Amino acid sequence: MTLQTLIIEPGLAERHYWRDLWRYRELFFVLAWRDVAVRYKQTIIGLAWALLQPFLTMVVFTVVFGKLAKMPTEGDAPYALLVFAGLLPWQFFSSSLSSASNSLIGNANLISKVYFPRLIVPTAAVVVSFIDFLISFSILVLVMVWYQFMPGWQILTLPFFVLMAFLAALGPGLWITALNVKYRDFRYVIPFIVSMGLYVSPVGFSSSVIPEQWRLLYSLNPVVGVIDGFRWAILGGEAQIYWPGFILSWCLIGFFLWLGIRQFRKMEKSFADFV
Amino acid sequence: MPAIKVENLSKSYLVGHNAARTERYTALRDVIARNARDLARKTRDMIHGRPIIQGDEVEEFWALKDVSFEVQHGETLGIIGRNGAGKSTLLKILSRITEPTKGRITLNGRVASLLEVGTGFHPELSGRENIYLNGAILGMCRGEIQRKFDEIVSFAEVEKFLDTPVKRYSSGMYVRLAFAVAAHLEPEILVVDEVLAVGDAQFQKKCLGKMGDVAHEGRTVLFVSHNMAALLGLCSRAILLDKGCQVHDGPAEDTVRRYIEMGKTDLGEKTWTDLNKAPGTDKVKLHAVRFVSDGTVTSDVEINKELNIEIDFWARRNGDHISTSIHLLDSMGVVVLASANMHSANLTRDDWFGRPHELGLYRTTCVIPANFLNQGRYSINVIVLTDITNAEVFEKEVLTFTVHETGAMRKEYSGVWIGVVRPKLAWSTDLIQPGMVG
Repeated sequence: MTLQTLIIEPGLAERHYWRDLWRYRELFFVLAWRDVAVRYKQTIIGLAWALLQPFLTMVVFTVVFGKLAKMPTEGDAPYALLVFAGLLPWQFFSSSLSSASNSLIGNANLISKVYFPRLIVPTAAVVVSFIDFLISFSILVLVMVWYQFMPGWQILTLPFFVLMAFLAALGPGLWITALNVKYRDFRYVIPFIVSMGLYVSPVGFSSSVIPEQWRLLYSLNPVVGVIDGFRWAILGGEAQIYWPGFILSWCLIGFFLWLGIRQFRKMEKSFADFV
Repeated sequence: MPAIKVENLSKSYLVGHNAARTERYTALRDVIARNARDLARKTRDMIHGRPIIQGDEVEEFWALKDVSFEVQHGETLGIIGRNGAGKSTLLKILSRITEPTKGRITLNGRVASLLEVGTGFHPELSGRENIYLNGAILGMCRGEIQRKFDEIVSFAEVEKFLDTPVKRYSSGMYVRLAFAVAAHLEPEILVVDEVLAVGDAQFQKKCLGKMGDVAHEGRTVLFVSHNMAALLGLCSRAILLDKGCQVHDGPAEDTVRRYIEMGKTDLGEKTWTDLNKAPGTDKVKLHAVRFVSDGTVTSDVEINKELNIEIDFWARRNGDHISTSIHLLDSMGVVVLASANMHSANLTRDDWFGRPHELGLYRTTCVIPANFLNQGRYSINVIVLTDITNAEVFEKEVLTFTVHETGAMRKEYSGVWIGVVRPKLAWSTDLIQPGMVG
């Protein structure tokens, strides 16, 4: 039998970080499975929530923005579909952001007791949001059938935009969850961002209603790019992507991701001392 | 090749405290300036991701300093020390939860730590699911857990409740399951911290047995515990930590003795210097109560040593008949015994008993015999009486002392020893009828 040799030295974990992350992949799946299992433990209620919440939001938004405010839709697409195509990424983004942000505090007992690359915790937390997203997606299919709306080939690019939403949430999520360990104030920031973001982002309306000279500025919100991408993929040719804004969104996502990972790794070593 | 090799291991933390608080008066201007400086520093730290330190003077605190030792394969090493001696820091570094500041550890073999059993258990999940979850967290792969699943379940004795959420488990079942998963990890190096503080006596015995097996199978165990009996039973060698430094490394019994000696600086004495505040009446006032063992004032007593309880009191009037008595209480507050200084209840003879006391300071001593109390914490009530029945002083739980295990009665058995007292009694066996039954 060969014994594996492990050396513990200052700074060594830092150098082997990505290798360790790969080595602990099984833990990632187990933690993700745990979160999903706990979420849907009381099956009927858990599943009903994932369906009911986006559906009712869609109805309210369609009535308020579409019928009362009479906002224009994209091309000929039904307004409900426009809303839902925005709601889907928004909910994925916001729930990923909030579960990633609270993940370290929620797993405090684990972090103070066992070693593993901490990056696993916030990323595993996002899996639950992804499962919720898949469930909500089935509503989208039903709504499409209801309106007899046939998506174009663009729908095949959807996974790309899902990834974009995931990355958009992960960057700030990592940053906030790391800060949350030391300064618990940050836990109040997230509900605020989420409730503000719902109105600031083009969820209930199309981003084409924003005056042309403001659109680039508006795209500083990375979710704008994500939602535009979703609408383009789901509604087919009806929605247009505003390219300068879309590229700006990607740049911002990349920047936040870089910042988040950097900050997270910097603070990671001291997590066990603080939680 | 040793299983564990620790070289010059050190870990420091930065602690802050407020320095300039000795100025005679503080001007608002200074306060504002200082707070502004503080805020600026904190913001800078936050942006750079450094931990924020409270206070305006930062000091380095060494939780561990230059600790070096080696553990051979198959050896069981005990680690003892008071709270804050650096034991948990050492274990945290060993299990990679935190990084050392200096030094180096080489581990040959897979390490599993039982820093706290049940790490990562989720109350909503069933026993079965928690076994997989906990196993993965402790570093087992899926196949490994599947292989050992039945063994784990039967060790924990939870067969019937496998599909019940663990939140409905009794605390005993919970601990049993948690320990069972950890005990079946089969690492080459096992780090154990205080797991034996939980569960009922029978299960504790089982756990100790399992750990003994682990050690006998040639695996290396690092054992941290306050249970000296368990430590002596399991470990042949132990190291003693104090304020981050390693002060002793040697046979377990020697190290335990050093540890108990260290405790002797603790208060084993209470004195009332101000007569007005001393408990008592115009007839009698209490002056001091102290514990003396092995010739020194101490609150730590070895189980095989006598303990003298000394009660000093002032007689404030001429001619009173004064006597004393004590109540000895265990850590739960149960009265173990009551004893009084009276002729008929005294093993020896006290000439002051029944005699009128003249003015002055008196000392009455009561001897608690060696090999009598069980290990644990005890406290005493002190009563000083006049005319045998009138309590002039009744001081509850004046002082506490701890009876420590030294291994003197533990040569053969190291498990749990129940009972409030543990007197050494006379035992003998005779063969009264040789041959077959009937």
